[in-house]
Amino acid sequence: MTAYSLHSMFGWLVWRDLILAWRRRADVLATVFFFVIVVSLFPLGIGPEREILRTIAPGVVWVAALLASMLSLGRIFGNDYQDGTLEQLMLTPQSTYLIVLGKILAHWLVSELPLVIIAPVLGLQFGLSQNSLAIVVVSLLLGSPVLSLIGSIGAALTLGLRAANVLVALLVLPLYIPVLIFGTGAVQASIGGTSPQPYLLLLGATLVLTLVFAPWATSAALKISVE
Amino acid sequence: MLEAVNLECTRGDRRLFRGLNFSIKPGELIELHGANGSGKTSLLRILSGLSSPAQGEVRWNGKNIRSLGEEYSGAVSYLAHQNGVKDELSAIENLRIACGVSGNVLSKADAQTVLEQVGLSRQQNLPARSLSAGQKRRVALARLLGSRATVWLLDEVLTSLDDAAIKLARRFIGDHLRNGGLAIIATHQELDLAAERIQRIELSL
Repeated sequence: MTAYSLHSMFGWLVWRDLILAWRRRADVLATVFFFVIVVSLFPLGIGPEREILRTIAPGVVWVAALLASMLSLGRIFGNDYQDGTLEQLMLTPQSTYLIVLGKILAHWLVSELPLVIIAPVLGLQFGLSQNSLAIVVVSLLLGSPVLSLIGSIGAALTLGLRAANVLVALLVLPLYIPVLIFGTGAVQASIGGTSPQPYLLLLGATLVLTLVFAPWATSAALKISVE
Repeated sequence: MLEAVNLECTRGDRRLFRGLNFSIKPGELIELHGANGSGKTSLLRILSGLSSPAQGEVRWNGKNIRSLGEEYSGAVSYLAHQNGVKDELSAIENLRIACGVSGNVLSKADAQTVLEQVGLSRQQNLPARSLSAGQKRRVALARLLGSRATVWLLDEVLTSLDDAAIKLARRFIGDHLRNGGLAIIATHQELDLAAERIQRIELSL
């Protein structure tokens, strides 16, 4: 297998998932709307006290992002599993690791990136400064791929089970905790006037770590689920 | 050459078959017969590498397919019960994407030729959602034709095909065998195919 054809297979795979997402864009929009609504409910419920809003903003944005990303996890492999295309993908002459990586990349582009883009607009409701809004975006940019990567393990493990959605939440949410802590830590630090850098570095390290190990765990889980 | 050595398959605590041995060379055909639930699909999945046997091994040119990995996947095309056709994509997109992810890029013109062969040239741009069951099966057949695999593993390939399509499928399999391919076909019908050697494996309950 030459490098070129591996590259091209990976490209076809990502392209395939992007087209499919575009054809089912209502699913994607539902995730984004969920995120927008959850984040917006807090200022409405708590009232316009700036200090309180500013204190809770990092937690609210990040928790909403975690929940929104949970909603979309079932789609990473679920549809392909049902119509038999997942089996066909596993039989292609590229490693399952790369297939998983491609599907996670497509999932991140479709389901997580929109959240990152829209987050600063939502942050305005909480009276965050420009600097803090930038940190919200940077922390989400580093943290949201981790959500997709870790989530893919849960999605692969629960493939074809009846209560898959509930199980995924139970499996994956505890694993999201480090990302939540580092992510909110970064934003809180910038609101408090200290440097968010250590938190961002930790997020980056988590990203590198999961990038190496999560696709591997996911492919092992997929092989079990498909068998 | 594809060899099955002492294969055993269990589902839950039920043993489907054990001590299964055969070998098949290019140009040859194996017909798998047996009642529903006798393990035809399980055997095909083991041969494809999707599941692993409880005992024994499958060898491709003398090497265990577990150790060959992707090298073997590239030589195999598996047509399962499920067509593996995406409802959201048109027939031609299904074909080109399925071939593209297997590292076998089909140009648009090539893909159109293949779809014409399976009699879907008029439906090529319709989303697969609006195709009938038989037409979807034809898309799956097109994927088989578009692949460059040597080993064809076909599970009830004639299901929901009409008479014309059954004739087509027979011709494709015949051509494949003549061009140095080999095929293992699970079926309830008689296939009446010509091949250098035809083996018949009966799986019993």
